[in-house]
Amino acid sequence: MRLVSAIPFASAALALAVLALATPPAPAADTVDPVKDATAFRKFFTDKFPKLKPEDFVNGPYSMNEDLHKQWEEKEQFPPYEFSLEMGKEMFSKPFKNGKSYEDCFPNKGIGIRQNYPYFDEKEGKVVTLELALNRCREANGEPPFSYVRDEMAALTAYMAFTSRGKPFDIKIPNDPRALEAYQNGKRYFYTRRGQLNFSCATCHVQSPGERIRAEVLAPALGILNAMPIYRSEWSGMGTTSRRFTTCNSQIRGVPLSPQDDEYRDLEYYLSYVSNGLPISGPGARP
Amino acid sequence: MSIRASIFSLTSALLIAGAASAMAADSEADYKSAYATAEAANKEAGSLRNQWTVTAAALAAAKKAADSGDFDKAVAQSKEAEALAKASIFQAVSEKEAWKALEIK
Repeated sequence: MRLVSAIPFASAALALAVLALATPPAPAADTVDPVKDATAFRKFFTDKFPKLKPEDFVNGPYSMNEDLHKQWEEKEQFPPYEFSLEMGKEMFSKPFKNGKSYEDCFPNKGIGIRQNYPYFDEKEGKVVTLELALNRCREANGEPPFSYVRDEMAALTAYMAFTSRGKPFDIKIPNDPRALEAYQNGKRYFYTRRGQLNFSCATCHVQSPGERIRAEVLAPALGILNAMPIYRSEWSGMGTTSRRFTTCNSQIRGVPLSPQDDEYRDLEYYLSYVSNGLPISGPGARP
Repeated sequence: MSIRASIFSLTSALLIAGAASAMAADSEADYKSAYATAEAANKEAGSLRNQWTVTAAALAAAKKAADSGDFDKAVAQSKEAEALAKASIFQAVSEKEAWKALEIK
């Protein structure tokens, strides 16, 4: 065997060996109990960071590190998401070509409702996120949908989050087996290792919050969506929840799914549910 | 140079050219086969919703090498892609149960 062809075999053997070693034994028992999950989830983080108040977790890495917290306080004097917020406010109030507007698509005219998204739509049998609901509103009124990862969607969700600041996440799981299944699928996605780096969402945001990954301080999973959408200095711009999920997948060398695919909707449902009771703090800013 | 010597040289040249051409054809066939195998494995990973970016990169590198006539490299990259795709399939299958070990309880 030539050296050139030996290398891929060696790398394959190594990759499989690493994966095999990283594969822990599977425990039994498969009951789905969201209330119990959420209690255990919160306890895990409050035990790990006993000095933090529960509502501090929504500040992500800024809650984990004193120096970063000071930076955040200074940033909030002139928040980098302000332009997006203004843009979102203007977009939200501007009527569609048919004379209707976003107000007509949402309860309470779309003001102060961020904490209720995503929700499980029993008619459709699926999770509906705020980003999805916004695009459905546009399409129902003859407007083209926005990209889920670009500035327009970030601006709209920034404005809607801003009008909901301080309101605690209030995600409901109706008495519908499909809702429970969506929740469980989201949980499975959160803990499943993927990508060549063999990371799950939990690898960074459960096992390592407060630790550095290169120059970044990792955020805790508890309250991680409360600040969405976020201005990220790394991106030099705003990012939606969809952008965050797809980028995480790419960073661990996994091919991202399409934004708003069922897996991502279910993941958002799970992560939001386990942060129930924590205040909406979006739009946020992150390093 | 005598006529006999010229004919010998010409024949040798033709034989060498023919052999090189046959080797290139073999290499191209090897590449096509290796690429198809890798592509099928990556497709299977896709059906498990678990493709890796590095697999796509190796497939693209294989195609690029083949387009430039470097079939040895194209075969090597195809085999790399196949190995990566198989690892991603292994990961997806094992994680069907293994994820539970990470769960906060």
